[in-house]
Amino acid sequence: MALAVLLTLVPLSAQQAPKVSAPYEMFTLPNGLTVILHEDHSVPMVTVNVWYHAGSAREKFGRTGFAHLFEHILFEGSKNVKEGDFDNFLEAAGGTNNGSTTTDRTNYYESVPSNALDLALFLESDRMGFLLDVVTPQLVNGQRDVVKNERRQSYENAPYGMSNVRLTELMYPKTHPYYWPVIGYMEDLTAATHEDVKEFFTKYYAPGNASIVIAGDINPAEAKKKIEHWFADVKPGPRLAPIEAPPVELTSVIKETMTDNVQLPRLTLAWHSPAQFKPGDAELDVLANVLTGGKNSRLYKRLVYDLQLVQSIQAFQASAALGSRFQIVATARPSEDPPDQVLAKIKTIIDEEIEKLKAAPPAAREVQRALNGIESNFLNSMQQSGDKADLMNAYFFATGNPDYFAEDLARYLALQPNDIQAAARKWLPADRRLELSVHPKGK
Amino acid sequence: MKNLMKAALGIVVGLAVVASVAAQQAPDRSKAPAPGPVPALKLPPIQKRTLANGLPVWIVAMPKVPVVQVNLIVRAGAATDPAGKYGLASFTSAMLDEGAGTRDALALADAIEFLGISISTGSSWDASTVGLFSPVSKLDDALPLLADVALHPSFSEAEVERLRQERLTSLMQQRDNAGVVANAAFGRLVYGPRHRYGAMAMGNSVSNGEMTAQEIRAFHAQYYQPQNSHLLVVGDVTPDTILPKLEKTFGGWKNGAKPAAPALPAAPQHAAKQIYLIDRPGAAQSQIRIGWIGVPRSTPDFYVLEVMNTVLGGSFTSRLNQNLRERNGYSYGAGSLFDMRSTAGPFYASSGVQTDKTVESLREFFNELTAIRQPIPAGELDRAKNYLALGFPAGFETTGSMAAQLGELVIYGLNESLFNEYVGRIQAITVADAQRAANQYVQPDKFAVIVVGDLAKIEAPIRAANLGPVRVVPVDDVLK
Repeated sequence: MALAVLLTLVPLSAQQAPKVSAPYEMFTLPNGLTVILHEDHSVPMVTVNVWYHAGSAREKFGRTGFAHLFEHILFEGSKNVKEGDFDNFLEAAGGTNNGSTTTDRTNYYESVPSNALDLALFLESDRMGFLLDVVTPQLVNGQRDVVKNERRQSYENAPYGMSNVRLTELMYPKTHPYYWPVIGYMEDLTAATHEDVKEFFTKYYAPGNASIVIAGDINPAEAKKKIEHWFADVKPGPRLAPIEAPPVELTSVIKETMTDNVQLPRLTLAWHSPAQFKPGDAELDVLANVLTGGKNSRLYKRLVYDLQLVQSIQAFQASAALGSRFQIVATARPSEDPPDQVLAKIKTIIDEEIEKLKAAPPAAREVQRALNGIESNFLNSMQQSGDKADLMNAYFFATGNPDYFAEDLARYLALQPNDIQAAARKWLPADRRLELSVHPKGK
Repeated sequence: MKNLMKAALGIVVGLAVVASVAAQQAPDRSKAPAPGPVPALKLPPIQKRTLANGLPVWIVAMPKVPVVQVNLIVRAGAATDPAGKYGLASFTSAMLDEGAGTRDALALADAIEFLGISISTGSSWDASTVGLFSPVSKLDDALPLLADVALHPSFSEAEVERLRQERLTSLMQQRDNAGVVANAAFGRLVYGPRHRYGAMAMGNSVSNGEMTAQEIRAFHAQYYQPQNSHLLVVGDVTPDTILPKLEKTFGGWKNGAKPAAPALPAAPQHAAKQIYLIDRPGAAQSQIRIGWIGVPRSTPDFYVLEVMNTVLGGSFTSRLNQNLRERNGYSYGAGSLFDMRSTAGPFYASSGVQTDKTVESLREFFNELTAIRQPIPAGELDRAKNYLALGFPAGFETTGSMAAQLGELVIYGLNESLFNEYVGRIQAITVADAQRAANQYVQPDKFAVIVVGDLAKIEAPIRAANLGPVRVVPVDDVLK
């Protein structure tokens, strides 16, 4: 596999890839915090984007949802920022902020006018260094209720929402950190204690486990001084050991049917697939596009356009650090037939199309169509400082190189139709996968 | 990877001295650092041109990334739909890329995707937009495709039929989402079944079931004309490079009879507090909408409403979000919105709240909607003004967001001086201004209250709480 990748890389220079690059300066503070600076003066705004290299995969069973609950707590104040003032200060300066949690990392950002960079750094450094001084059980309780409502809104009361929670339970053993949902289980959210907060912060929120990108309307020399100033008294902490996860493999077809408060049946097929940036990851992104990207893609054309059996269909490679999943999600058109028959018919056609791709590589034009779209997306991602900052942190986290844009694009541009065929053969076995159906309640 | 890691280490060594000196001095954390002087936002000029056929073209050069956004704005949206044909503007817009010029739907999609460009079609209440995002290097091939989609759609019977089934299915799926049902119910119950705003922009299953290719063709011919349109070009281009290309692709577009501007009647205002309940058995949350008819985009109160609503429910620190989310934990988030359109659009406060706190949440909504009518403390008002004024530049960073800002001007006939005046007009709002606006536009005792939730659990408590008269509405009544 590695050899094949090297060989296909050769003709790359012949292709005129667009320049996608974010020049940067990177250094590490004595406390271990990695700092990445990138200048972009298109508007007088600056983004401060922090990644802590821990997500829900670091949680303990019985305390699921904790990394995300913790993300919420980080906005509730720290030693020198009283509750509510994190947002009060930023809004008064014309800034916005948010955070998000995945299985692998937790991110935070502030986007502020460039005259308020000190404020953003004060707030980030204060919560990195001095959070535990103020976290009380009451504060944890408050955000626990908010997070439970996030779960109700985004999963329980959202169409097909609970199928995403069930999917990972069916794909991974209980001992694997991707088994449980990032949002967590209600009973675990209830059980989370003030002590858990302390333990999680001490273990995972040390500066050595984080990286900070400052991107936008900055003078790098001044920004460097500011960051050294504000993070000088943030103490170093323990370094994270790489996460251990047992290997995962499905050995048969796992079938399950759920019901939901929806009108139409839905079928999800899912396979384990290579981790982000590993051989096969880019191939599966392109394969997803060949299957469901646009009207001429294999599955869209046949199921949605021609047969009109399906209302919507998406294939995607859900890339993650410890291993990814390749998923195909099809929602049926209304039908007189019972849901299991409708979904069986759809499944048969999906399988026929996958088998065709295993038997013969896609046409060169199909692959080129996908690659041209990917190339445009890379150009688009160079427009906004906030987008760039988050990507630079993602690239740093995965590869050590914040300006991995060109290398990332090169992974795709190197692909040949044979590579896509090989990926279909290797990663989409018909006899080892999950088949998850959702039927409308009462039908 | 190896090389870059090395480079990074080099920087660390070079910095070590500076860093250790800095480390000796802890920063003063006793108070938050005050922001420095506000940086100036220097916007590139709007270069206004006109094609030979009269089509106005606005060009804004943004050379940072070699891409361009081209938006054709057509001044016809859902508000233009004839009675009984609700959804015609939306159906027409959705049909534009289902075959155009010499290409059928599949060939057109293939041509667009092979270039790696994207062409999007969409319609709102007041306009339809055909948008192109393209690398500059692909423009010569991309512009003729954009022109085909906008000017020469095929509207074949077979494609209309196919899209009809897709749209009918989408309409059916709206029932899956409690928030969508709540929004539709709010429009219907506040504007009534006869006003255009009382139905969804995409129409309903009856109107979408009946629409013909002939009607769609006629709508396109009537409204998609140079004299009813505007071309916005934003990106790594100059007038000299782009105008000849535009003249070639859009210059032959001819005017027909001048279409009348849509004029929706004013709907009677919601006159007395009324609670409407819609059942969603087993729902973990209740979706709440509270409000009435708000203002048109042309309102002279635009700036004061921006500020007052930011305090009430337009930002994270707003009163509704602080109350329902941060203080009480009933919700993942709460807010309020003046949806400004050509004719007075809705004003509503909204949230999804946990089922067993529905009554408590309704009380808190009304507490805040009542309290906003009192003078807003100066510090709170200042924060809202700064949030809007100082954050204003963020809306001009990308070709897409810049084009969207220009689109607002074009659709609502606003002067571009707005971009320069915005900060000053926001900062000029006083406590008295905000109070006057709140008392005029936020009158909770006259509001419609929509709750979509599990009536087995929430109906009796809501009735017992005596919040106002209660009526149960079947979901079919608000979606049909």
